[in-house]
Amino acid sequence: MEAVKKERELIVSVSPHIRSEESVTKIMWTVNIALLPALFMGVYFFGLRALFVTALCIISAIASEWLVQKMAGREITISDGSAFLTGLLLGMNLPATAPFYIPIMGSFIAVAITKQLFGGLGFNIFNPALIGRAFVLITWPRAMTTWIEPTAALTGLDAKTTATPLGILKEEGLEQLLEIFGTKMNLYAELFVGHRAGSLGETSVIALLIGAGILLYKRYITWHIPFSFLGTVAVLAWVFGGKDPETGKLVLFAGDPLIHLLSGGLILGAFFMATDYVTVPTVRKGQIIFGIGCGLITMLIRLKGGYPEGVMFAILLMNCFTPLIDRNLKTKPFGFVKKKEGK
Amino acid sequence: MSLATFKGGIHPPDRKELSAGAAITTPKPPERVVIPLSQHTGAPCNPLVSVGQEVKKGEVIGTAEAFVSAPVHSSVSGKVIAISEFPVPVGRLIPSIVIENNGQEEWTELKESPDYMNLSPEEIKEKIKAAGIVGLGGAAFPTAVKLSPPKEKPIDTVILNGAECEPYLTADYRLMLEKPKEIIEGLKILMKTLGVSKGFVGIENNKPDAVQKMKEAAASESNIEVCALEVKYPQGAEKMLIKALTDREIPPRGLPMDVGVVVQNVGTALAIYEAVRYGKPLIERVVSVTGAGINQPKNLMTKIGTLISHLVEECGGFKSGSAKVVAGGPMMGFALYSLDVPVTKGTSGILVMSESEMVHAEDYKPCIRCGRCVDICPMNLMPSMLSVLSEAGFYEEAKEYNLFDCFECGSCAYVCPSKRPIVQFVRLAKSMVKP
Ligand code: SF4
Ligand code: SF4
Repeated sequence: MEAVKKERELIVSVSPHIRSEESVTKIMWTVNIALLPALFMGVYFFGLRALFVTALCIISAIASEWLVQKMAGREITISDGSAFLTGLLLGMNLPATAPFYIPIMGSFIAVAITKQLFGGLGFNIFNPALIGRAFVLITWPRAMTTWIEPTAALTGLDAKTTATPLGILKEEGLEQLLEIFGTKMNLYAELFVGHRAGSLGETSVIALLIGAGILLYKRYITWHIPFSFLGTVAVLAWVFGGKDPETGKLVLFAGDPLIHLLSGGLILGAFFMATDYVTVPTVRKGQIIFGIGCGLITMLIRLKGGYPEGVMFAILLMNCFTPLIDRNLKTKPFGFVKKKEGK
Repeated sequence: MSLATFKGGIHPPDRKELSAGAAITTPKPPERVVIPLSQHTGAPCNPLVSVGQEVKKGEVIGTAEAFVSAPVHSSVSGKVIAISEFPVPVGRLIPSIVIENNGQEEWTELKESPDYMNLSPEEIKEKIKAAGIVGLGGAAFPTAVKLSPPKEKPIDTVILNGAECEPYLTADYRLMLEKPKEIIEGLKILMKTLGVSKGFVGIENNKPDAVQKMKEAAASESNIEVCALEVKYPQGAEKMLIKALTDREIPPRGLPMDVGVVVQNVGTALAIYEAVRYGKPLIERVVSVTGAGINQPKNLMTKIGTLISHLVEECGGFKSGSAKVVAGGPMMGFALYSLDVPVTKGTSGILVMSESEMVHAEDYKPCIRCGRCVDICPMNLMPSMLSVLSEAGFYEEAKEYNLFDCFECGSCAYVCPSKRPIVQFVRLAKSMVKP
């Protein structure tokens, strides 16, 4: 019978029988691509050394993933783009002058320890790239806080070391910053383009925003975390960021939110690291709380802490709260409210 | 004006163009039909015939005493050649009556009621019950039962479901184009039976011509409203449809009657009209045979009990490489083990998928917590947690995430970038714990 012959070819599986085109691999590679404009600007300002550092991070990240998965006998997933992304993000968070062992160690900690030791993609609690960065910052504080002027590619000379704008703002105040950059408008413009000292991929706000725009447009990220994060930073910077130039005393409602928004690792962190699916809450309401928390901690560190920059620690700290937020903000099923009213 | 809808949902490609243009046709009569004694939710029927007996088309061949049940009728005239267990599309073995078709199409005597609008609600319900009518949208719940709500649940609205939100399927669409008047008559009968003054027909807006036709058919009925709905799966799920049209939300695990609504599929409305007006039992229904893997997609007026292999043949057979046949739509339908299963009252479509359309369910990855499923779950659940907890064996914990409110619409699995078989995990957990 013909029907019997056909039977053997039938494939049986559980519904649904169609799936969307979206895949983890596609998402990861899109995020990688979205970071390229900012990386390009980093190389433009800090020279080929920036590219070298980033490439070393990426290679080490992929090698670490391969190594751990091979040893553990797990499926090799290096082509899904997530180890690449961790390496790329770590690289963009390093100074272009970082000696070679920093990218290697940072990537190893990020991928082998933070991600794979917890069970691989989807199971890690902390953002791998940020743990990698925190590790190298604590281990090699000097190398990790030596910044060069963003002129390497332009002059070909060895660039002079300098402080980051946030560092200057913290140690010497706004006046000093304005002296270096000329007018306030000029300061904003330079920060926006990324012509300033800092981690190699964090400086160019415009390039980062282009990438963020792509991700928002593709709905790979939503506004909830970045906007609540940035909004909180802006409000706190405005309320508590002002100082009397003479006495150095706090003047309320006199801070400059724009400087805070445009400098440090805030834009990179808010759009590309505080939005890492695995380590942030899944429910939108929880994401807003997460974003506000990140903003609070960032400004606490920037204004009161020992470091000029706090984005990294803010996100990592909030990563700890993710399970708690998620557990307490379960969604209410359809029709739930009505039922209570009816009682 | 934005179209009525619900929160959440997904937008899979609708692929209705494959069969939308095919007017309803009748396939070559089958040589034999296999009529399961249980095609509905509720008690199975007992056979009223024995092997060797001659039956007429439309004759009752199985009934049950139970209130929640529906009799079955012969869809052909001919001889009973076997009564035993046969597989049905959902995979189970069901006692069935096999009738050899003598090709005469001799009808049993039917009781017509030209003045059907003057019948009492009780008489109408009796006719609907006798005709064996069940919901044709897929759940196959006996219609007469739905029309007998308990007193403490007053009904004020009847909704006809013409959303047909499952991709590919076009059976309801064709019916609305070809029999709009009869469908509206069916709705009027329903409204009269339930004593309600408000009727809706909800149709997804990817069928503007059907909306138009139904509007014309209902033009003289001031209390019937034909509404275009946003094209979004699962717009045709009862809860979502009621929300879109009346803004009422059925409480968790509740029924439409809890918010004063009765929902019927448009095909059911037609069957009701035919049963009440002409006394015609439910012995045939429209089945869309479609998909990229079938040679000639068609909408077929199919006798209940026709084997699916017969329909596949009627549509020119498989294109080479066809690998999966689904009874129902691609989102909630059942993949068939065999083509030698009969069309039942709940079979709305046969989807033949080609190799290229297939998903390989075994290649799934861990949840990356992207939140997509949480955003689109029409029940506002957290499918990510349901799948993770079920996968890890924490079935009790899954209940805290409202496991039993999931109606397995498949939207979450559709959007999941990790391709997680979330519905499978949900079913597993549901089978392991008590609600
Ligand atoms: S299958 Fe269940 S959990 Fe998934 S979207 Fe549908 S109702 Fe929600
Ligand atoms: S869509 Fe898939 S990967 Fe994303 S949260 Fe839901 S289950 Fe996890």
